[in-house]
Amino acid sequence: MLKINDLHASVEDKEILKGINLEVNAGEVHAIMGPNGSGKSTLASVIAGKEEFEVTKGNVVLDGEDLEDDAPEDRAHKGVFLSFQYPVEIPGVSVTNFMKTAINESRKAKGLEDMPANQMLKLIREKAEMLEIDRKFLSRSLNEGFSGGEKKRNEIFQMAMLEPKLAILDETDSGLDIDALRIVANGVNKLKSKDNAVIVITHYQRLLEYIVPDFVHVLHNGKIVKSGGKELALELEAKGYDWIKQESLV
Amino acid sequence: MDLKDKLVSSFMAFENNVDVDHPVHDVRTEAMKNFEIKGFPSKKEEAWKYTSLNSLQKIDFSIFPKQDNALDYKDVKKYFIHDIDTYKIVFIDGIFSSNLSETTHDGVDICLMSSALTKPMYKQIIDVYFNKVASKDESLTTLNTAFSREGAYIYIPKNKMPKKPVEIVHFATGNEASLMLQPRNLIIVEENAELQVIERHQSLTSNEVLTNCVTEIFAAKSANIDYYKVQNDVATASLIDNTYINQKSKSFVNVHTFSFGGKLTRNNLNFYQNGEYMDSTMKGVTILGEKQHVDHHTLVHHIEPNCESHQDYKGIYGENSTGVFNGKIIVDKIAQKTNAFQQNNNILISDKATINTKPQLEIFADDVKCSHGCTIGQLDEDAMFYLQSRGIPEKEARALLMYAFANNVLESVRIPELKARINKLIAKKLGVNLGFDL
Repeated sequence: MLKINDLHASVEDKEILKGINLEVNAGEVHAIMGPNGSGKSTLASVIAGKEEFEVTKGNVVLDGEDLEDDAPEDRAHKGVFLSFQYPVEIPGVSVTNFMKTAINESRKAKGLEDMPANQMLKLIREKAEMLEIDRKFLSRSLNEGFSGGEKKRNEIFQMAMLEPKLAILDETDSGLDIDALRIVANGVNKLKSKDNAVIVITHYQRLLEYIVPDFVHVLHNGKIVKSGGKELALELEAKGYDWIKQESLV
Repeated sequence: MDLKDKLVSSFMAFENNVDVDHPVHDVRTEAMKNFEIKGFPSKKEEAWKYTSLNSLQKIDFSIFPKQDNALDYKDVKKYFIHDIDTYKIVFIDGIFSSNLSETTHDGVDICLMSSALTKPMYKQIIDVYFNKVASKDESLTTLNTAFSREGAYIYIPKNKMPKKPVEIVHFATGNEASLMLQPRNLIIVEENAELQVIERHQSLTSNEVLTNCVTEIFAAKSANIDYYKVQNDVATASLIDNTYINQKSKSFVNVHTFSFGGKLTRNNLNFYQNGEYMDSTMKGVTILGEKQHVDHHTLVHHIEPNCESHQDYKGIYGENSTGVFNGKIIVDKIAQKTNAFQQNNNILISDKATINTKPQLEIFADDVKCSHGCTIGQLDEDAMFYLQSRGIPEKEARALLMYAFANNVLESVRIPELKARINKLIAKKLGVNLGFDL
């Protein structure tokens, strides 16, 4: 589904990704771990198409198509979803109106009519319930004054609404208490199918107890320095990242 | 002959048509003397630094329009908030249109300035209120005073509230090649009474129009006034709007100014707080393009203790448009416990657009809370990426962010149909259909 080939990316002439190779197939869950500053969030943003980052070499291919020329919205229409580490506050636009706009714009891109209002409402209720989101919450301005946990839950709610093919969860566990973590992880697990894939970016192993990965990759200094099964996450938890840094010095 | 000379000589002709024995005539004559000395303000004056009236003064405006212009309601319906019932005071080329208007004397007076200025039954009120809060010094206000004859007159007695909002609408038909209008409004809301007003100036052709309007508003103790100015005129219409508000204790006056059109618009909005425990609120949404120019000059004079003022102006400037915000707050020495807030936020969406924003605080009391802030920026790139990553295309994402930026100013609009209309105007002005009803 997703194939990343020798991807190099920089911001303001500073190279952050230095040759990433990664293949993610439908039905798989991949975890990308690594110390702070290793390039995890940059990788997520580059896949989603943030213009601030310049791809200097290599490419990102989704279902055989190079995404290079696609704007973020085109990538979203093709099924890419990024759950933000720091969701942006948008005062003046309610969660509901935002979701309506996003869903209908995606439908428009596919040549479909707007979703009928009653169907939209039903969908919103259903997904909000799944993530134990209070209905009052939906009429509030997007992310404005939300707690860290509410913001993350709202991200997964958006994911549930948009049903992406490829979901990238960037540090979704940060700022969540254990109950919220469980709700969010349950939501992600319910959305998992043989047709979609999830990339979980995290610093800690905690989230991976709930969203169990098929593969774990360690990112360090802009490169994947180690890949393995879910047991690699446990090893990282036990030994920290220092040994990775040591190894990659060679 | 330049415009000033034309106005000065026209005043004599004007005098032939009004009752020169009426006490108001002395007020007019005094005012004319002031204008004759001062003339039109120039860019050399600090208050007019960014707004030039030079090119307008070169136009040969008609001062006295022909009397017989009529309009069909169906042709101008769209300029009214037609989905609700309202009282209407409508003028065509400065002349009252009984055909388009719906006035009343049923418990309240919603009628004409010309009646108030001439009929003996209003004499007492005119003596007490006419030209009492309007400046006797500012040249354009005195010019209006000199020619004051017609406009809206509204009197709401104690504890009364009109059954519906009042719309004051001025149409210019274009029957004159270029026309100058000088409406004069007087609005008195007595103790514990309420009023909602929507004011609009609309030119129907691309002939030049210059309107120099003065509105005096008196809010007595515990009165409550909502005043909405809808400025969405054509590209050849200019407006100098002078509003003077005298507020007494525990009154609430909110003025919303929506500036979406016109060639040159100057809003002079002046609040004088003569009492305690009152609230003055000024809100504005300005969305401009082309070569449009809007200049918001606000003044709040806190004269007594324990009062509040709130100013929140948002502007979105595109193409070659220019904007000015100058917010002056004066807090007198005895006006302790004053809370005065002022906010002016602007987004420039074109490299050629400009905004000049300036807070002016003169605070003589020591126990006050005053805050002011002004920002000029582009749209937040992180917010853009967030919206786009959810599948909202760039153009729509921009519109959504701009809409959101302007939206909080609309929260305080208390006429739902007007709010819906302004919402639609904002969407139209931003040139997009959003995926939800505005």
